[in-house]
Amino acid sequence: MTVATVTRSEFTKFFSTSLWWVLGLVLVLYIAFTAAALAFAIGAVGSGMLPGEGAPVPTEGVAPVLYSLAASVGYVIPLILGTLMVTSEFRHKTLTATFLATPRRGTVLWAKIVAGIVVGVGFGVVGALSSVGPAAGLLAAFGVETDLGVGSTWALIARVVLALTIWVVVGIGVGSLVRNQVAAVVGVLVFTQFLEPIARAAGAFVSGLDTVTNYLPGAASDALVGASIFQMAGAGTSTSGLEWWAGGAVLLAYAAVLLVLGYALNWRRDVS
Amino acid sequence: MPDGQVLEFAGLTKRFGTISAVADLTCSIQPGRITAFLGPNGAGKTTTLRMLLGLIRPTSGSATIGGRRYDELAHPLHTVGAVLEATGFHPGRTGAAHLAVYAQAAGIARSRVDEVLELVGLTHAAGRKVGGYSLGMRQRLGVAFALLGDPGVLVLDEPTNGLDPEGIRWMRSFLRTLAAEGRTILVSSHLLAEVQQTVDAALIISGGRLVFEGSLADLAYQEVPVTLVDAPDRGALVAALEGSAVPLEHLRTGIQVQGLDAASVGAIAASAGVALSALTDRGPALEEIFLEYVNGIRPPLLLTDDRRRPTPADAGEEPAAETVTDPDTAITSSADGMGEPADSREPVEPDMQPEARADEEGANR
Repeated sequence: MTVATVTRSEFTKFFSTSLWWVLGLVLVLYIAFTAAALAFAIGAVGSGMLPGEGAPVPTEGVAPVLYSLAASVGYVIPLILGTLMVTSEFRHKTLTATFLATPRRGTVLWAKIVAGIVVGVGFGVVGALSSVGPAAGLLAAFGVETDLGVGSTWALIARVVLALTIWVVVGIGVGSLVRNQVAAVVGVLVFTQFLEPIARAAGAFVSGLDTVTNYLPGAASDALVGASIFQMAGAGTSTSGLEWWAGGAVLLAYAAVLLVLGYALNWRRDVS
Repeated sequence: MPDGQVLEFAGLTKRFGTISAVADLTCSIQPGRITAFLGPNGAGKTTTLRMLLGLIRPTSGSATIGGRRYDELAHPLHTVGAVLEATGFHPGRTGAAHLAVYAQAAGIARSRVDEVLELVGLTHAAGRKVGGYSLGMRQRLGVAFALLGDPGVLVLDEPTNGLDPEGIRWMRSFLRTLAAEGRTILVSSHLLAEVQQTVDAALIISGGRLVFEGSLADLAYQEVPVTLVDAPDRGALVAALEGSAVPLEHLRTGIQVQGLDAASVGAIAASAGVALSALTDRGPALEEIFLEYVNGIRPPLLLTDDRRRPTPADAGEEPAAETVTDPDTAITSSADGMGEPADSREPVEPDMQPEARADEEGANR
């Protein structure tokens, strides 16, 4: 009944339903399509194949932004994955059996975190490949620099994997705090797809607001990765205020706070 | 050999806000026999069992298994197996994978999963998703989960709920076998009729309080016997019976005699020269006695110090009290609260069984 054996049990839970490959497939298709479409547009305009509008599109330094898509656009997938790892136990009432097998509840939560980290690395690598593969291929076809020979590019790709991994743990925190699966998933989608983008967009042109919005989880994640499609889209003015390590620390802090709150308020409650 | 442990509740109390779900419950459950945990819906049965299993935290008091709280057990699934009503299954997971998840968490070999599936007769459905299982199959999967660690203690919350008659029969014989192996078995039900053929001892809880603790024989102890008798010449039969000055009730199926057992009624009829067409010992009406305890009409009957409690060792050596045929032993065991004497049980069954079936069907609807 150590964290190791319980972690194995969590892996079996994870891989014995179709959730992992359905979400994995969504991640791959979503990221690959987005990366390919943007790489094609940038490459085509840059090479004069398509008419550009306004200022010429800078093709220099565009590759890392495309490679970062897995994190800046796709982070919601590992976030939901982590959330479901916990809420499905509430939804299907399997928590009873889980706690019967492992009455030390902290051990169960730790096992979920460890399993979530391993799964998160897997999703991170797959997500990164889904953005780097099509983007690098298309950029090369248009003769745009892929930057794949540069060490900093690979460091960025590694930080994409790291960010996606932390997002799984953030999701586990959300799930442990919000036990209702529908509420948790809807909450995650509303926050990540609606509230935070609006807040960050406002922060881009309201003076002083960015000191707050820089600490939002999505912004922290972009800071950790060091590049984001939103920088390019956001009139090119909004630079992430945080250093990459500070972004990572903020994202980890979100995970830690959610987990501590979830454990204290929810995880130790009566299971009936 | 699984190690049957004594379950002990000591002043166990659970309050939800101002509502007292379980109030100062103190009793113990012995190995080697089946103990029924009875009470109407909402009496606190499930809450008590979940406190025993560490799923609900008691407000005060304790529930222990062999002297330890559930979360103190070194190998919980090897010690206690539980079939709980609200135990869920992920519909997208196969039966075998469901069991493998918890076997891994408890450090149980994968081969045991196939063994328990075989034990409950689910081998053919092992690779199918639980979402496609029938209610009976899910209940069997729940039992398979409980048996994963070959535990000495089994706790079952309303295990026959929703089962068809075949499933109920299967569950009964299964529990009998497990108890005969020396395990401690605690099974809750809101219907006495459902378990009275299976269990040796009973706890009755009402409004969160224990109102009865003892054997089924204790439940009917000193009850007035009821006999149903009929003859082609009813007039002569009634005339003969009126001499004994006991209450008679005329029913469609015969005459119900209160206060005389079948043997006495038969003797009266024989001495009066009345030929009988029917003579049935109705036995004490257990269900009514049960309801009287629940409703507080009868004062609580709890084990006190003057009634010697059987030690776990005794119970282990004599797993099935009702198989004892020696009359002396049977009487002793009855006085001990060990189990019911064989002679009080046998005549009851033929008539009680149809009633029990009817009640089960009613409950299943």
